Amino acid sequence: MSTPYAKLPAWADYGLIPLINLAVAFIVAGLVVLLVGENPFRAAVILVEGAFGRGQGIAYTLFYATNFIFTGLAVAVAMHAGLFNIGGEGQAYVAGLGVGLVCLALDRIVPWYVTFPFAIAGAALFGAAWAFIPAYLQARRGSHIVITTIMFNMIAASLMIYVLRDILKPEAMQEVKTRMLEAGAQLPRLNWIIELFGTAKIRSAPFNVSFLLALVMAYLVWLLIWRTKLGYEIRTFGFSQKAARYAGISEVRVTIIAMLISGALAGMMSINAIMGDQHSVYVDLAGGAGFIGIAVALMGRAHPVGIILASILFGVLYQGGAELSFEMPAISRDMIVIIQGLVILFAGALEHMFRPYIQTLFASISPKSVGMAAVKGEGA
Amino acid sequence: MSFFDVIIQTLDSTIRLSVPLLLACLAGLYSERSGIFDIGLEGKMLAAAFAGAAAASVFHSAWIGLGMAILVSVSLALVHGFASITHRGNQIVSGLAINFIAAGSTIILGQAWFQQGGRTPALAPNERFEAITLPGAEAVRSVPIVGPIYSELLSGHSLLVYVAFLAVPFTWWVLFRTRFGLRLRAVGENPAAVDTAGISVAWLRYRAVICTGILTAIAGAYLSMVQSGGFVKDMTAGKGYIALAALIFAKWRPVNAMFACLLFGFLDALAIRLQGAPLPVIGKVPVQLMQALPYILTVILLAGFIGKAIPPRAGGVPYVKER
Repeated sequence: MSTPYAKLPAWADYGLIPLINLAVAFIVAGLVVLLVGENPFRAAVILVEGAFGRGQGIAYTLFYATNFIFTGLAVAVAMHAGLFNIGGEGQAYVAGLGVGLVCLALDRIVPWYVTFPFAIAGAALFGAAWAFIPAYLQARRGSHIVITTIMFNMIAASLMIYVLRDILKPEAMQEVKTRMLEAGAQLPRLNWIIELFGTAKIRSAPFNVSFLLALVMAYLVWLLIWRTKLGYEIRTFGFSQKAARYAGISEVRVTIIAMLISGALAGMMSINAIMGDQHSVYVDLAGGAGFIGIAVALMGRAHPVGIILASILFGVLYQGGAELSFEMPAISRDMIVIIQGLVILFAGALEHMFRPYIQTLFASISPKSVGMAAVKGEGA
Repeated sequence: MSFFDVIIQTLDSTIRLSVPLLLACLAGLYSERSGIFDIGLEGKMLAAAFAGAAAASVFHSAWIGLGMAILVSVSLALVHGFASITHRGNQIVSGLAINFIAAGSTIILGQAWFQQGGRTPALAPNERFEAITLPGAEAVRSVPIVGPIYSELLSGHSLLVYVAFLAVPFTWWVLFRTRFGLRLRAVGENPAAVDTAGISVAWLRYRAVICTGILTAIAGAYLSMVQSGGFVKDMTAGKGYIALAALIFAKWRPVNAMFACLLFGFLDALAIRLQGAPLPVIGKVPVQLMQALPYILTVILLAGFIGKAIPPRAGGVPYVKER
């Protein structure tokens, strides 16, 4: 066993503990709101109303969630292989270049459904390529993947500014971005689905087809990790590198493949940003989604279903946070960054903090549930 | 302006730019040498920069500012310690969390308290660490070569600059010439051996992260109270990560750390001075390449193409006593 902790029933492990961690994160966030001099309960109400109150809000919530599903899945795949891919931000950013090149080439010639698959391939290719070097260096030369992916985030930021400003930006334009993409690279909106449920007409939310792509990817990741040989190898490698080596699983192969998949998934986030929303490749298009992916993957326990739920939660925070900053000027959108940090702290680094107490609680209510009865039987 | 003056000025800004890197890098050195990875240098620096500038402007004292910076930064370091030492959590995750908490709360609190778009009020001269003129600096200014070097390059810096460069030999001495340093290095390589000798692994590591907190606080205070007269949101701008790169580049050694930080500071100074102007021999270098160079160099080093950077062996692994 790699964890020095006794077992809990599955529902407590995957439901109760994450919920408690999340609750603590929000209580601390509430204290920050209090420190700023606002009422945390009123803030929470505004937040939820902003996210779910109108069709417009729901559409935005799901638009943001789309980004986080991609980056969350990316972090989760690497996590199953025991690798910490902190470079989703850079991978998504560079993948934006792949998407952009495809779109700039095709948007005036073909309709969106022809561009879309090529754009997916472009995003996956560029994202995976940006993850390849750190993966190769970890597998072959033993350099720590966390450090190299951090460095690659920084290099990506410099590279993309250079490419956008000096190469792709049209001469006549002030802002640093590519020309506007035309109809052939604009993904159709899905707002009508929300309108089916009887909400008012949604005017401008960028909720689009890439949400469906995200759901498909979530299913494919589940299939990969729990239903294929490669997934089994990835999980084995992540659980115990020694066991994997003993079983004849190639470290180099698993490390590189897991990171390529991870980079490709992170890269697809840029499709939502470029083809679904802004219709151009622009500076800082990942906008922190790569890092939120880490919070999402930790909260969702690296399982696609958990990731989708956690992504929607962060979508709520993003959209509701925007509304909140209108209502309470003291609380800008940067509040989300604090909440994100607190979630990463309590659901990630301190995930075992409450576990001993819960174990004691379970043991005193029902010894069987934590396997205590069996031990007693053996002793007799 | 003569070529010599240009060199002196570039080197002078090299020193100014490398000071926050050097302090953060030495901070990381204490923590990582004890086996605790810390990617939260950036966040601690940012929080300290904010706390320092905020307290200095409210209490009208640079020293109270520095004290508050240390208090906040050490508290964050202790959170990192609590998660990664006491609760054996993932050190990378914990460090990352601290970066986000610092990035968000400095903006939110700054806006709520000062209402200047996340800035703190501009600091008056007595609320900052002013430049110190070394004795005789004015007298020797006219002496060729030596004069400008002494009066421009060595004199006229803030107290914190001298603290930063004195911290290098001090750290070397602590690490390699004291009992605490020996144990600190040992706990980063083989905590079980330290434990067997009857020394508390947890307490040693906590002391190491406190040292980290103090040094990142000075780095942050330098940014907001020396380099600029107040806090601006996100003012660390990745310096914590460059410091991390410098630490690896220096192979976790204090004197090397100083040279690595001076190198990265020099690249930064050069990029600012050139502003895209062509270099002799190489030609025009994009500013972005200059900015990315520290990271690229570190990746090349990590790949083992220029020497090999071997981290402390127990780095990143939580210590579990009974196994």
